[in-house]
Amino acid sequence: MMRIEPRQPSRVVNVAVPVLAALVSLLLAAIPLALAGADVLAAFRLMWSGVFGSPFAFTETLTRATPLILTGLAAALAFRAKLWNIGGEGQLYLGALAAVALGSGAISAPPAVMIPLVLLAGAAAGAAGMAVPAFLKVRFGADEVVTTLLLNFVILLFVQMMLEGPLQDPMGMGWPQSAPVIEKATLPQLMDRMRVHAGLLIGLGLAVLFHILLTRTTWGMKMRAVGENAPAARHAGIPVTRTLMGAALISGGLAGLAGVGEVAGLKGYLTADLSPGYGYAGIVVAMLARLSPLGTVASALFIAAVFVGADSMSRAIGVSSYLADLVVAIALLCVLIGGFVSRYRIVRVRTGEAP
Amino acid sequence: MTDRQSPVVLRLAGLTKRFGSVLANDAVELDLRRGEILALLGENGAGKTTLMNMLFGHYLPDAGHVEIIGPDGRLAPLPAGHPEAALRAGIGMVHQHFTLAYNLSALDNIVLGAEPLLAWRRDRQAARAKIDAIMARSGLTVALDAPVSQLSVGERQRVEILKALYREARILVLDEPTAVLTPQEADSLFETVGRMAADGLSVIFISHKLREVLAFSHRIEVLRHGRNVGGMATADADETRIARLMVGAETATDPRPPMAPGAPVLELRGVSVAGPDARRSLTGATLEVRAHEIVGIAGVSGNGQSALAALLSGLAEPESGEMRLADAPVARFTPAAFVAAGVGRIPEDRHHEGVVPDMSVAENLVIEALGDPEVSRLGFLRRGAIRARTAEACAEFDVRGPGPYAPVRLLSGGNMQKLILARVFGRAPRLILANQPTRGLDLGAAHAVARRLLEARARGAGVVLISEDLDEILSLADRIVVMHDGGMREAASRDRAAIGLMMAGQAAA
Repeated sequence: MMRIEPRQPSRVVNVAVPVLAALVSLLLAAIPLALAGADVLAAFRLMWSGVFGSPFAFTETLTRATPLILTGLAAALAFRAKLWNIGGEGQLYLGALAAVALGSGAISAPPAVMIPLVLLAGAAAGAAGMAVPAFLKVRFGADEVVTTLLLNFVILLFVQMMLEGPLQDPMGMGWPQSAPVIEKATLPQLMDRMRVHAGLLIGLGLAVLFHILLTRTTWGMKMRAVGENAPAARHAGIPVTRTLMGAALISGGLAGLAGVGEVAGLKGYLTADLSPGYGYAGIVVAMLARLSPLGTVASALFIAAVFVGADSMSRAIGVSSYLADLVVAIALLCVLIGGFVSRYRIVRVRTGEAP
Repeated sequence: MTDRQSPVVLRLAGLTKRFGSVLANDAVELDLRRGEILALLGENGAGKTTLMNMLFGHYLPDAGHVEIIGPDGRLAPLPAGHPEAALRAGIGMVHQHFTLAYNLSALDNIVLGAEPLLAWRRDRQAARAKIDAIMARSGLTVALDAPVSQLSVGERQRVEILKALYREARILVLDEPTAVLTPQEADSLFETVGRMAADGLSVIFISHKLREVLAFSHRIEVLRHGRNVGGMATADADETRIARLMVGAETATDPRPPMAPGAPVLELRGVSVAGPDARRSLTGATLEVRAHEIVGIAGVSGNGQSALAALLSGLAEPESGEMRLADAPVARFTPAAFVAAGVGRIPEDRHHEGVVPDMSVAENLVIEALGDPEVSRLGFLRRGAIRARTAEACAEFDVRGPGPYAPVRLLSGGNMQKLILARVFGRAPRLILANQPTRGLDLGAAHAVARRLLEARARGAGVVLISEDLDEILSLADRIVVMHDGGMREAASRDRAAIGLMMAGQAAA
C-alpha cells in the first residue's frame, strides 16, 4: 500500500524540482519532434528565439500572457475559497460580449469614459455568469464543477447566436462576427507597432491588488478561512455564504475582464473563436502558481512563453501545429507533476496498520 | 444458558492500543465461551470500540494478541491486523453504522464479498437456499429480493447479521445494536440473538444501556479508561453496582471555593431544537446558569448534547421556547451575534470547528474579533497589534509552538486547545460554553483548562460544561444537569450511581 504525505518545506527541493521538470519536459518533447522528422536541437533553438529572439517576439509572449493572468487570477481566487470555478472560458466570452455590445458604436463618449465603462460592463457580465452557479451552490448545493463547466457551452452557443443575430456586423458580409470596437473604447497599445496592450497593466495591477487584499485585509482572511475550513469559519462568526458569493462574483469578473482585453485590446471585434481555451488554461496557471496572485503572473508568463515558442517553432520548421500543442501539454504536465512532487512524498505503508 | 464447562472460543490477551498520548486500551483481557452472550459495557471513550477493532483486525495492537478456537478445538493466535483472517476464523461484526449497499437487494448484500470477484456465473440458487436455511434456524427473516433502501432500520440490521452468519460466523460482535432500534425491534433482536446463542453462537454486544444488558446477557464485562474494571455473571449484577463500575468510584477532590451565584446569564425555557436526528435534538430543555456558577451537563453522548452546544454557539435556532442571555431575549441566532453578546465558545471538535489548521496561530487567535478596532482598521489587518497580542496571549496561556506565524496544524492538541482558551477568555465572556474541553488532552493541558474555567467563574462568568467525564463534572460543576433523550433534568444529588442511572434513562434513585 502507498500513502501520500505532505513534505516538509525545503529550499533545495523547491528550486531543484521545477528545473528538473523543465529538463524532463524538453527530453520528452524531443521524442515526438524526432518522430516528425525535425532536427531536435534546431527546434529547441527556434523555440527559444521565438520567445526571446526579438523585442517583437517577447511582446507577443506578454500579449499572450495578458488574458492568462486574468483567467489565472479568476481561478486562483475562486479556488482559495474552495469554489471550483471551471467556467472561466464562458465568463471570458460574456465579458467580451458585453464589451462589444457597448463598445462597437451603441454609445459613444470620450475614451476616459468609454474605456472604464467597457471594462466595468465586461467584469459585470463575467460576474453575472458566475453568480448563477454560485447561487445554485449555496442555495441548493449544486456542484459548481458541473454547472460552471456546462455553462461554458451554453454561453458559447449564446455568443454564436448573438453573432449571427443582433450583434452581427452589418458590414461583415454575413460572417458571424461583431462590429468592430470603436476607437474611443479601444484599450491603448503599450508600444508602437507591437500588439501588447493596456490589458497587461490591468492584469498586473489586479495581481498586486489581490495579493494585498488576501494577505493584509480582513476580507482576505475571511475568504481564506472559508476556503480552508468552512465549519470553523462559520463557528467563528464569518458569514460563509456571503463570502463565497463575493469570491464567486470577483472570480467571474476577472474572467470577464480577460474577454474585454481580448476584444477591446487585441482583436478589435468578437468572433466565436476569440479564445483558444484561455479560461481552461487559467486553471493550469492558477494551480501552477499554487493559487498565489503574484505567482499567477509568473506562471502565466511561463505558459505564454511555451505557447508562443512552440507555435513559432512549428511554423518555422514546418511541422504540424498539433506538435506545438503536444509540446505545450508535455511541459504543463511535467511542471504540474513536479509541483506535486515538491509538496508531497509517497510513502510505502506496511499493510494492516491502523489508518 | 452457558455453564462454566463450555469451551472458551475467543480470548483477548493483554490487548493494548495507544493513539498518540492516549491509552485507548490498556492490557485488556476477555474470554468468551461457546453459546455465551457477553455484554461489554462502558462510557463513551472507555475503549470498547477500539478493542473490537483490534479483534477484527482493523487496528494493530501495540501489545497483546487474540486467540481463537481452531477446527481442532484448541485456541490458536489470530494474525493481527488482518480482517480477512478474522472473517475466515468465524468472527462477524455488525457495526453501529451499517455497511450495506442501499441500491442492491438484501440477497446481494448478504452474498457480496463472500463470492469471488470474477466468477463465470453466480450460483444464486445455492446462495438463496443457504440463506433460507439460516433464516429458518435463527428466526431472522427479511424479504431477500427487496432493495435495502426499502427496508426498515431493524430489517437492515437483520441483513447485517445474516451477512455474518452466511459467512459462517461463530462469534458475532454487535456494536451498540439497539442505538437505532425502537424498543420493540430491540426486544425482537435480543430474542433472536438468545435463540442463536442457544444454538452455539457466541455473542459480544457493546452497549451502555443497563436495562437491556441485565435482561439479555449472560455475563458482563465493564471497561473504564481502557481497562478492565470488573466482570460478573449477569445473575449477580444490579444496576447500581454496574453504574458505579462504569463511572468510577474515586472520591473527587473539590478545589472550588464556595461562591454565591449572581444574576442569571443564560436562561432556556422549554427550548426545542430540531437536529438531523433524534440523537442530535433538544426537546423542551430548561436550564438556568447564573454568574459565578459552573453547570455540568452529564450524559452519554448522543442524547442532545450537540444540539445544546449548537444552540449556545449561535449555530442553531430554537423551534420553540425562549432563550435569554444576560436577561435579554436572544433575537439573532448567529455565531457573530453570540460572540458580540459575550458568549465564549469552546467547541467539541477542535480541528473541525475550533481552528483553521492551515492558518497561523495569530490569525486563529483573532478570527472571532476581525471587526475589533485593535485588530483591523478600515478593513486592513493591524499586523503589529495582532503580533503583539499573539505574543502576549501565547505567554499568558502557555501556548507552545513554532511561532506566531506557523500554521496551527503544527501545534499539539493541548496547545491548540490553549490557543482556543486564549481566544475565548481574551474577550472576558459572560457565558462560556465548554464542550468536552479536556477530551484527548494530557493532564497538564486538562488542568490548565480546568483552572481557566474556575478563574472565569471567580470573575463572574457563568459556565456550561458539557462532558462525558463524570469525574470532571463532579470536580468542577456547582450544579449537575443530566441529559437524556434530548431532555435535561437536574441531578438531586452528587452521587455517582444516581447520576449514572439518570444517564441511562432510569428514574433517579
